Amino acid sequence: MDVQYFFELFLSGLTRGSIYALIAIGYTMVYGIIELINFAHGEIYMIGAFTGLIVAGILGTMGFPLPAILVLAVLVSMIYCAGYGYTIEKIAYKPLRQAGRLSPLISAIGMSLFLQNYVILVQTSDFVPFPSLIPEFAFLEPIAHIFASSDFLIVVVSAVLMAGLTLFIKYTKMGKAMRATAQNRKMAMLLGIDADRVISVTFIIGSALAAVGGVLIASHVGMVNFAIGFLAGIKAFTAAVLGGIGSLPGAMLGGLFLGLSESFGAGYISSDYEDVFAFSLLVIFLIFRPSGIMGKAKVEKV
Amino acid sequence: MVAREFFKSLGVSLWFMVLTFPLVAVRVNTIENTIQWRWANLAIVGVGAFVLSAVWRWALVRRETMLANAASGAGERSVRVWDSPVVTRTLGAALLVVFMGIPWLVSTYQTNILISFFLYVMLGIGLNIVVGVAGLLFLGYAAFYAIGAYAYALLNHYFGWGFWTVLPMGGVLAAVAGVLLAFPVLRLRGDYLAIVTLGFGEIVRLVLENWSDLTGGPSGISNIDRPGFFGQEMTVAGTNIYIYYIVFVAVLVTFVVAERLKDSRVGRALQALREDEIACEAMGIDRVGVKLMAFGLGTAWAGFAGVIFAAKTTFINPASFTFFESAIILSIVVLGGMGSNWGVILGAAFLVLLPEYMRAFSEYRMILFAAAMVLMMVFRPQGMIPARSKQYRIVDRELELSGE
Repeated sequence: MDVQYFFELFLSGLTRGSIYALIAIGYTMVYGIIELINFAHGEIYMIGAFTGLIVAGILGTMGFPLPAILVLAVLVSMIYCAGYGYTIEKIAYKPLRQAGRLSPLISAIGMSLFLQNYVILVQTSDFVPFPSLIPEFAFLEPIAHIFASSDFLIVVVSAVLMAGLTLFIKYTKMGKAMRATAQNRKMAMLLGIDADRVISVTFIIGSALAAVGGVLIASHVGMVNFAIGFLAGIKAFTAAVLGGIGSLPGAMLGGLFLGLSESFGAGYISSDYEDVFAFSLLVIFLIFRPSGIMGKAKVEKV
Repeated sequence: MVAREFFKSLGVSLWFMVLTFPLVAVRVNTIENTIQWRWANLAIVGVGAFVLSAVWRWALVRRETMLANAASGAGERSVRVWDSPVVTRTLGAALLVVFMGIPWLVSTYQTNILISFFLYVMLGIGLNIVVGVAGLLFLGYAAFYAIGAYAYALLNHYFGWGFWTVLPMGGVLAAVAGVLLAFPVLRLRGDYLAIVTLGFGEIVRLVLENWSDLTGGPSGISNIDRPGFFGQEMTVAGTNIYIYYIVFVAVLVTFVVAERLKDSRVGRALQALREDEIACEAMGIDRVGVKLMAFGLGTAWAGFAGVIFAAKTTFINPASFTFFESAIILSIVVLGGMGSNWGVILGAAFLVLLPEYMRAFSEYRMILFAAAMVLMMVFRPQGMIPARSKQYRIVDRELELSGE
């Protein structure tokens, strides 16, 4: 077995996995709190990439240096996506809080289609080139052919964000309120937690993280298109399910697991069936272990 | 009061202008390093958001009062036009006559549009059995459409089998695939089921796309035979009319079967399952068997429709069976009214016929339907023509007799 090839696949899987994990966090947090698969989450990621593109384009013509453009593009796109996430929740999910399971799900699919077509309408339906914003790091020179600086940055940024989020959930008051709401919303409300606010914050955080993923991956790949959110969304959801939906460390683990298995699957078996691989994993997991790697089996009480 | 509403709408309008600013007002070209500012768009968003937010809040208030009325029993449900069998039967008969005659009066192009309308009605009714009647959200329906279409295309391409031989097989194949998919996923709850079916749909499409040796890959299969009519040679226009009648009859059969199914033993079991699974099991309904039946009954129609589709277009490729297709079929069902077959017809008319005849709006077609899906869920989750459950009136014979 070729060791270098193995490492190459491993590292590319790591990059993919980190992005999946970043997006998966949004799914898993929302699911943990309101038990809804937020289909529009993939679209938030796509909108993040587009916003990043626009910011980078404006700053680029103004002659900003590359690192500044990257940082500003990520930050602005995080803010905007947070706004989108917040607004989407208010329009499509909040009025349906009392309305069974099927209605919010269909509303979410509608929202996802809406956002895709919104981007087609106001931007374009073609692939748009995305400038390479990530600078080349000198210390990565010797291994640049298997682990480029964009890969490095994606992995590092994701790791930092996820660590930050874990600390936030664990130690801040808001984090505590989120955990309480996820456990039992009614009880949390009785104890004076503003559940609507918690839900809004959940959407905001999840969307901002998806935006980071969107900008970084768009810069890494060099292309954006209105449809990128769909595949990324399903894969991130797969990651969330693999890890155990509702569980934060589960989403991270699931993301890495999915990224690595996709990379190895494509490298050693067949790259044609790369996506089939992810979907099959999803189906197999949902059938045999719907609670995921980290999740606990839920007993439904009557 | 009015002033407060005004400022609220103003606030929403400002919020949307800020929120949509980068995407709506700017377009960059990173290759030539140019930026295009489109301030006019922003003004449209501002005015639109202002009006819509006012309407939105008015509608929410109205929804609340209606919910409150319904809860307190006030505002008794009035008799609707749709409730009377005389109206529905007359309407049905009129539609029947109109659709029987239409292909002789209009051009081939128009007939083609109607054929695709009927195909969507068929798909909608089939999906309605799974989504509307049984309440199982199913997002990979296009996969079964693909199974039907590819069954005919492949069998015709490799073995030269005819349309009429493959038509029943397509339905059976799709039904078998539906049951096979249903077996493992039956334990799953609603939203997981949605995702598994979505994943399955994508798997089918990706396999069709990548298994080039068999399916021709992304370029698909062409030169599929049109349906034969006792070995007669027919002109293109003639075949078109012939296919029109085939699909028309198929829709009729689908419609009648689906309508009859709803009030049948299985249909009632499905509706009961939709409402409460646990209570159902306690009443002795075989949950697994009934759900399998729902999947099989629902997907079979997609198979039939797929065979007809392949015969109509004589060329198919995987691009016709994307998630987008499943989403359109789902929105037909949702907008029309889940569980209501008349609703599906109306929904298909909205989604297929309307965009054809209003070309000016074709750009906005999908965004409007997507918005309609969200709005429908918020304000009228039962759809345009709500499904009605069968009502039984118990007449006390003795009381009636003695009361004379």
